[in-house]
Amino acid sequence: MGFENIVFYVFAAIMLFSAAMVITVKNPVQASLFLVLTFFSCSAIWMLLEAEFLAITLVLVYVGAVMVLFLFVVMMLDINVARMRAAFMQYLPIGIAVLVTMAVMMFMVIGPEHFGLDRIPAPARHAADYNNTRELGLVLYTVYVYPFEIAAVILLVAIVAAIALTLRRRPKTKYQNPDLQVAVQRNDRIRIIKMESEQPK
Amino acid sequence: MIALSDYLILGAIMFSLSVAGIFLNRKNIIIILMSIELMLLSVNINFIAFSHFLGDLSGQVFVFFILTVAAAEAAIGLAILVVLFRNKRTIDVDELDSMKG
Repeated sequence: MGFENIVFYVFAAIMLFSAAMVITVKNPVQASLFLVLTFFSCSAIWMLLEAEFLAITLVLVYVGAVMVLFLFVVMMLDINVARMRAAFMQYLPIGIAVLVTMAVMMFMVIGPEHFGLDRIPAPARHAADYNNTRELGLVLYTVYVYPFEIAAVILLVAIVAAIALTLRRRPKTKYQNPDLQVAVQRNDRIRIIKMESEQPK
Repeated sequence: MIALSDYLILGAIMFSLSVAGIFLNRKNIIIILMSIELMLLSVNINFIAFSHFLGDLSGQVFVFFILTVAAAEAAIGLAILVVLFRNKRTIDVDELDSMKG
């Protein structure tokens, strides 16, 4: 059993354990922290598959941005955990049944007799100077340049949608109106009145 | 050596776990959103494993796009969740019946 096998099995075990904890722990904060652990071990497995750019992207984008967003939302909302958990034991048997059925069915399709090493041999490792980011960029900016731009538009739409959904205008909030500020005239601000100068008595 | 089937089985177990998570926590929208993230992750494992074993980078490009869409989905989903909580003071699925669907 080589070093590669040890790395794979250790990180796969951590990943499955933390994924199981995500769906079973009581506290949503703990669930999102276990989700972070799942993403970290998944990125280690992707590195084993020589997808270094995506592995670091997973850590930066998911752990750095999406999971922080999840944590913020979980901590902002006041959730009644006890009521949420009331149905947990009720659905546990059917949940386990679904889990086992789906896993067994998929195992029969993708088991070692169809995708084992004798069917699809492991490819040779790339040399030490192989640059995954460079190769991915060469494909992404030539063949897939239009999908790449659509992805940028999708992110823009997501930004606009998230801001438009959560933006709240309170009636009592004081804010400036730049349009009126720019369009202001001299007569709006000062008034010149003619009057007699005051005489000392 | 690790075979392709090992990676695929890992992805399959992850996917089954996340489906079971939707069943178990069907009252809690936040955990359901996390289960959807886990599902997308398990699909990405399959894509990257096939990309490695078939020597084709297109699989990794697809994972890149899935990550983009998943980030957008998480942002909009959480925004909807915040608005929902602001209006109804609860995120219990059973009480979200104002549209009588």
